[in-house]
Amino acid sequence: MLKDITLGQFFPGNTLAHRLDPRTKLLVTVLYIVALFSARSLWGYALLALVLAISVRVSRVKLRSLLRGLKPVLFIIAFTAILNLFYTPGRTLVSFWTLRITYEGMRTAVTMMLRIMLLIMGTFLLTYTTSPIRLTDGMESLLSPLKRIKLPVHELAMMMSISLRFIPTLIEETDKIMSAQKARGADFESGNLFHRAKALIPMLVPLFISAFRRADELATAMECRCYHGGEGRTKLNVLRYEARDYLVLAFFLALAVGIVASEKLGVPARLSALLV
Amino acid sequence: MSTMLKTENIAFFYPAREGEEARLALNGVTLAIERGSFVVVLGHNGSGKSTLAKTFNAVLLPTGGTVYVDGMDTADEQLLLEIRRRVGMVFQNPDNQIVANVVEEDVAFAPENLGVPTEEIRRRVDDALAAVGMAKYVRHAPHLLSGGQKQRIAIAGVLAMQPDCIVLDEATAMLDPIGRREVLAAIETLHRDKGITVILITHHMNEAEHADRVLVLNDGKLAMDGTPREVFSRADELGAIGLAVPDTVALLRALREGGLDVATDAVTVEACSEEIARALAH
Repeated sequence: MLKDITLGQFFPGNTLAHRLDPRTKLLVTVLYIVALFSARSLWGYALLALVLAISVRVSRVKLRSLLRGLKPVLFIIAFTAILNLFYTPGRTLVSFWTLRITYEGMRTAVTMMLRIMLLIMGTFLLTYTTSPIRLTDGMESLLSPLKRIKLPVHELAMMMSISLRFIPTLIEETDKIMSAQKARGADFESGNLFHRAKALIPMLVPLFISAFRRADELATAMECRCYHGGEGRTKLNVLRYEARDYLVLAFFLALAVGIVASEKLGVPARLSALLV
Repeated sequence: MSTMLKTENIAFFYPAREGEEARLALNGVTLAIERGSFVVVLGHNGSGKSTLAKTFNAVLLPTGGTVYVDGMDTADEQLLLEIRRRVGMVFQNPDNQIVANVVEEDVAFAPENLGVPTEEIRRRVDDALAAVGMAKYVRHAPHLLSGGQKQRIAIAGVLAMQPDCIVLDEATAMLDPIGRREVLAAIETLHRDKGITVILITHHMNEAEHADRVLVLNDGKLAMDGTPREVFSRADELGAIGLAVPDTVALLRALREGGLDVATDAVTVEACSEEIARALAH
């Protein structure tokens, strides 16, 4: 059961999407999100969906695994869509009983759905094509200017990579404790929600105790290997921007600026008018 | 030969904690370890052997007495990094000493901390992994490796600091027999080919067969000090402090009691079988 947990799953590969510097990918994702939240017209969404489709094609990530990422948030998507559908004031389209669907509500529901779906698929593409280690390296490097205002950037990155390192170890341990408790007659599966939550306590207590012991031993082992914070540290794998990084960055910058500006100037409305 | 490590009358005191009494884990240990030697430290649980090991690279500072690494006092904060670089330490649980989720990143951890230039780190990582026979696993995820392999990664991680001495604190205790053999073989290679001083803390008597010197600790004091042959010939004294002799010595002693005229000081399997063959030929 626990083996199914995928946190920021990574599919190794050697495509352009994989080879890009993680900092580029992080910045591109930020620009993509900015564009996504500024777009209000269907034209904007169509353009962004096209860009995402091309990126997915380039990365050779299977569409199916990308759609699978949407599953956990399906409820949120449906919830937002329904709320928007019924509670947006405007011109009535259909009405029955006390409910009323407006033309504006329909529009908002569709754009909201598109926005959330594109947002999630876009960010999943980032974690699918970037190994956790490169992702943390990228974040550390991008946030390093914040060291000047005493933000512990190196420490945060170190914490993140250690957490990622220990996820499989702790999952394995949870499985072991669960089996041990089951062998002693513990029941994790039956009863109502409250019962099941209570049944987890004898599993969580040993897990926490062992996690603290692990943390203590790891700290000693790190000190023994001369760890003394981020000062004067060098890197085995140094991040370097290549020509392709600048090109991709420039493209997404243009995309974000383009969408923000055209929405402000009302270009999509004129485009629609032209078509009609 | 010069002295790698020296302790002068060290004591270590664990203050009383909830549910535990105050305890003197080390009580006046004085010893000197030669550069390039292979020393095995034996003792039952609570004999102070792990505490002793932790004073060797300033993880613990002795409550009394002094520890010198290459003549450097471990209590000197200024020398801390250099002391830890020279004396690497490998612990019992391989899962709790691997820092990164890619093998090469983990081995690179120590040189990265020491500020070694990137190209040099790459060279050291490759050398260290080759030295423990794990070169094939550069890009593997550590949690998918076996216990023996993880422990060899941990040794490689220490090796990348280019230490003079490696202390293994019960590093084989959690491994299966195959993993234990892999790790011991890796350590022996490092000792033989690179001349690294090895201090192996263990409660497996059989691991002492590779040593030039065996130290036995009991109640925080040095109880015996000598070659494996010397120490294991004192089987009754060992028994009195809760330690058994290796299987080989136990076999020879049983044969002798049964009336076969064998010497009981052969520790390795080869020496043991030779001794029995010799006695039978008579």
